[in-house]
Formats: sequence, structure tokens, C-alpha cells
Amino acid sequence: MKIGDLTELATQNLREAILRNSLTTLGIAVGVASLVAMLSLGVGLQEMISRRLERNGLFNTVLVRPQTSFNATGQIRRNRDLGTDRPNDGNRNDRNQSDSNRDPVGADIVSHPLDQASRRELAQLPHVLEVYPEFRFTGDLRFGPAGHLTQVTSLPMSASASDSLEGMQGRFFSATDAHEIILQADAAADLADSQHLQAADMIGKDLVLRYAGREPLPAASASSNRRDRASAADDALSGFSIISSRISLRVVGIVDAETVASGAGAFARSGAYVPLAVAEELGVVQGNDMGEVVRESALGSNGQHYTNLTVRVEKPGDVPAVEDSVRQMGYSPFSLLDLTRNLRRVFAILDLLLGIFGSLALAVASLGIINTLVMAILERRREIGVLKALGASDKDVRQLFFAEAGVMGLLGGVGGVVLGWGIGRLIQLGTNYYLRQQQIPAENIWTVPVWLVASAIAFSLVVSLAAGLYPATRAARLDPVEALRYE
Amino acid sequence: MEPRTEQKIEAKAESRAGAARNPAANGAAIRAEQLTRHYKMGDSVIRAVDGITLEVPAGEFLALLGASGSGKSSLLNLLAGLDHPTSGAVFVLGHELGRMTSLELSRHRNQTIGIVFQSFNLLPRMTVMENVELPLRLAEVPRAFRPPRVKEALQRVGLSERLAHRPGELSGGEQQRVAIARAMVNRPRILLADEPTGNLDSNTGEEILRLISEINRPSDGEEPTTVLIVTHERGLAERYASRIVTLADGRIDRIEQR
Repeated sequence: MKIGDLTELATQNLREAILRNSLTTLGIAVGVASLVAMLSLGVGLQEMISRRLERNGLFNTVLVRPQTSFNATGQIRRNRDLGTDRPNDGNRNDRNQSDSNRDPVGADIVSHPLDQASRRELAQLPHVLEVYPEFRFTGDLRFGPAGHLTQVTSLPMSASASDSLEGMQGRFFSATDAHEIILQADAAADLADSQHLQAADMIGKDLVLRYAGREPLPAASASSNRRDRASAADDALSGFSIISSRISLRVVGIVDAETVASGAGAFARSGAYVPLAVAEELGVVQGNDMGEVVRESALGSNGQHYTNLTVRVEKPGDVPAVEDSVRQMGYSPFSLLDLTRNLRRVFAILDLLLGIFGSLALAVASLGIINTLVMAILERRREIGVLKALGASDKDVRQLFFAEAGVMGLLGGVGGVVLGWGIGRLIQLGTNYYLRQQQIPAENIWTVPVWLVASAIAFSLVVSLAAGLYPATRAARLDPVEALRYE
Repeated sequence: MEPRTEQKIEAKAESRAGAARNPAANGAAIRAEQLTRHYKMGDSVIRAVDGITLEVPAGEFLALLGASGSGKSSLLNLLAGLDHPTSGAVFVLGHELGRMTSLELSRHRNQTIGIVFQSFNLLPRMTVMENVELPLRLAEVPRAFRPPRVKEALQRVGLSERLAHRPGELSGGEQQRVAIARAMVNRPRILLADEPTGNLDSNTGEEILRLISEINRPSDGEEPTTVLIVTHERGLAERYASRIVTLADGRIDRIEQR
């Protein structure tokens, strides 16, 4: 029989015992729905966590630090060799020799600090989106007579996607060089309180940030504090003065979170955040500056050094390659990739378990198909006999029962996906209601991807056809004489 | 365009069945040779058909008479290819059924013979049209050619007005007419009928036999169809059949030429 006739006859047969067949199909639908609901929950949770980690830059950032180790005598050694990534590989003398023109002092200290040049070099690596330093310093926020001493941290513009900023009042910085500031809620409340204002009223107000600024020594050749290392190579007496500086900034936002993560290494608490370019311009004194002065005078290099640089790559998959390149450049990379790899493994197992539980319901439903079709054979013995008497081959009869199982599977699959979607929506609504009750922002914990829809329907079809195998074969083998005699 | 395609389908069916042709059986529409069909029931063996040799020439109207359990229906099932003989052979239009594969047998039932049952055996959820169309579907006749063939078959049994009715909405006689139309829709050369009047009153039974007789010898000059009916109504058999074969205990008891 042609496929069109087969499907037509099968649907006609299914309509005959509409109640029983609908119940069987509903059984399949419930099975598929449980599978879809479970897996979409698994996928949703996985996506939620991945999304959070990615938004915080935990998946796609590499924290680059200079390779530093203390040798037995407690001296700091820094790897200056661009070609090697092992600071203690025993070839120190060779390296010093090769670097002798750049590093006349030599000695035990080998250094390859992070500076403007290395920042540019890192930015040119393939798949790198941006490279930015983090400035963290103590600042005094002055608002009228009130002051608030706190840690101030720089944020790149890409941090605007960080979920620590979720629920932020106001807005993110308008530009990386805008003289704007985002306050942490406690700091904002403290400042507002002195003027009998609410914390939220701070948005739009101007305040003054006082900080310890670097002022180059008059003896230095360059007037700017951003001096080039090479040009000052012979300046053995480099250094800077520390002077109290100030800048006026406008409050644009207030965040609740005490930490705004903007990369693999940024987890420290801060009371205020300023745009990256502004922080760079300030020329603030940072924690490592004291050491740098000593080192610079020892090494003869000069200029702005970074304690670390955050390298943001296009996608998490690019992290290993970038890490390798960073290592080859002589720096120490750090990423959370290994952590996330384990996380993905956990999710794979979770999905598998959820899938198995979901499939159990479908397995039970497939027993329903077998039952329905075996019942149908008993009821339709005579009809099978008539079909055979009229010239239906065993194959025709088998295909007819197969088609019936297939139609039930297909309808059950589609119905199940819709039902599963509905169940998922309910779980989502319920969860969000609960989260709101707990004063936690709503979260999307449930996702039905297209592949899940397609494979759930395909799976339902395959399971139904497998369930139809036995009844179809039994119907095909029916002896027509016996079948026609049956009343 | 239409007739050519139909001829092609028929030619295809003919060539498929050609594999088991026996030149010795030429001329007869049906030929049974030493046909037996034994059933085991517990320890005893029932000899439903017990060594029957019978030849039905093309175009004959043959009636199989006999008491209940005499083996009439068993013989008919063997000739229809619905059942397999314990021994012996059946040739239909020169092809030995025993040598056919299961698929060839189903084609034989679909193309070469038409079967009519006592209890009509129409599929209740299908309309008259769909019931008659069923053998065409099984023969994989293209959809476009089916309605004219169905209408033609129903016209032949005088039921062309009731296409959309379901069997339950028809009288017994009408249902049997639909069953005959269904049996004839593929234009088979042989019509087998198992007690076609058994469920009908005498008037309607008479009408049905008249119709079968008309199919056997069409007045409009169409090719005659060989008819073999099983009945226990001697009167009807005598009025319409050209030969009556009476069976008793699975054997031929008497043959009457009329």
C-alpha cells in the first residue's frame, strides 16, 4: 500500500476507538512531557549558571600576572625571557646573557613586568577582545562636609553586563572616560545620611574623590607619569612623589553588591567604582608601587606597571590557546576553565539522570501502546481477515499497525512537548513567585531548546514504532481463515 | 492516458503470477487435484477436504452444495488461496497456488479473484465508496483512477446513489451488493461467493443470485466471469448454476450438469 493510503487508513482506524487511542496517546504525551520538563530544567539550570559565570567574565577571561617567585634567599625573581615560560629552569645564566643589553644589573632578579607594551602585545593575540588592568586604591569620597573612606575599583565598560549590577539604581557609566562614579549602597547611604537624604537621592549628585596620586620627580625626563620604559632605561634614579589629589565625579548608579566581578581575578569588595580610563588618568598610587620603585631603580626600567591584566577572549573555548600564548610571553595566566570543565561534567551527569527519569515515564507509555495495539488486533481480527481476503499482504497489515503506532507516537510526541512546555512554564512561574517572596530577583531556570523539541518528538516516534513492532508482526501473521471465522 | 495506465497495472499483475504457470492446466479457470485439507483437533484429525479433484472451466457458474460441515467453505478457502492444502494442488488460470509466495498469493486474491462472504464483511467505519475502493488501494491504483472504477462497480450492482453511506445505514441486500461491487472492482476473472444469500431473505437472496448470474454472463457483451458459489439452498443453485457439485464429508458426492 502507498504511504498516503496507509496513513489515511491508520488515522481512520485510530478515530474508530477514539477514547482508547486518545488515552494511549495521552500516556505517550505525559511520558514525553516528563522527559521534556526534566531535560529542559536540566538545560535551563545549566544555562543559567553558565550565563551567570559568563556574564561575570569567569568563563571567557584570563587573568595575566607577571611570573614571580621567591628564591631561597628571599629575593624576588621575575622572568624576563620572552621565549621561556619557566622562571626556574636552570638556564638563568644564558638568559641573563641574552638579556644583558636590556638588563645590565642582572643579578638574581629576573623580571618581565606587565606594562603598556605587554598590554598592547596581549591585545594583539588572536581571539582577544580586550585587555584591561584593574586599579584598586583607597579613596576618600567627599560629599559636602561628609566623607567616606573606601576602596575604589576601576571597571571596564564590558562590566556593564555583570550580574552583580543587576538591580542597580541609576545606570552604568556613559563612557570609559566619563567623570562618573557608581557607589555601593552602604557608601551611598553613609554619604546621603549626612545631608539627610535617601541613598537613592545620591544619583545625579557630584562628589569629590580624594586619593593618593603619583607625581613624577622633576628629575625624570618625561613630564607625564606614563613614561616609556625604553626611553628611561638609563634613568637609575626614577621614582615619584605621592601627593593628595582630587577629582570631581558625578554619581550615576548605586549597586547593592559589595563585589562587582569583572573578570577571573576581581573579587575584592569595593565601596565605589570608576570608569577604567578615568582610573588610568588619575595616576593613583597602588599597592605594588613601592616595590616597583625599588625594582625600577634596580632594573633601570621605568613607567606604569600593572599588578595584573585581565584578558577577555571571544568565547570560553579560546581560553586554553590564549593561556598558552600568555605563558609563552613569559607571564602567568590564570582562568577558571578547569573549574567550569568540572561543572560541565556535573551537568552532563545531571542531564543523563534527568533524562533517565524522564524516559521511564515514556517506557511506561510505550507499554500502553503495546497494550492498545494488541487489544486492537483482538478486536479487529475479522477486519484483518477481510483485508487479507481482499489482497492485503502481510507487509500491508504490518505497516498498517506500524503506521497506527507511529501516528500515536507522533501525536503523543507533539502533545508531550506542548504539555512539557506548559509544565516547565508552571515550574518557572512557581519558582519566580517563590524567589520574589524571598526578595531574590526572578531567574530563568528553564529552557526548551529546539534540539530538545525535535529529539523528544523523534524519540517518541521511535519508542512508539518499537512498541508497535510486536503487535504489528502478530497482526501480519494472523491466519486469514481463522480471522474471518472470528465473531 | 487512463486506460493505458490501467492496462499496464493489469499486465504487471499478469507477469507476476506467470512464474507458476502450468501448461497442463490451460483452459480451466480453476483446477483442483487430489486436494486435501486436514485439521487436527486434539487427538483426532478432521478431514475437511478429502481428496477432491475438480475442474471449473472459464465462464462457468458452479454451485457447491452440501450440508453444514461437508467441507464446502474449506474448499472455497483453498481455491481462494486463503488456506493452504495438506496435500494436492490448486491451479487458478494455470498458476499453481502452492508455488506462490505469500506476496504473490495476496496479489492473486487482489487481482485474479473476488470474494463475497455470507456476512458481507464490509468495514463499518468506512463509507460505501471507501469500502469498494479498498482493493484498489491495496493494488496501489493511482488515486485519480479510483473514483471512476468504484462508481462503475457500484453502478453494476445498482447502488451508484449511496456512495457516502456507511454499511450500517444499508439493508442486508444492499450491503451484499456493496460487497459484490468490492469483489469486482479490480475486474477479477473469478468470483468466489461463500453463502452469499445466507443472511438474506429469499427475495433478496434471489436478487443477489440474479446479480451474480448477470456478472457471470453479462448482457452488455462484457467478458464472462467464472463464478463459484457455496450454498445450501438447492433451489437457488438449481435456478442459476450451470453445474452443481454436492459435497459430503469432504468428498464429491454428486455432480449435476444443468
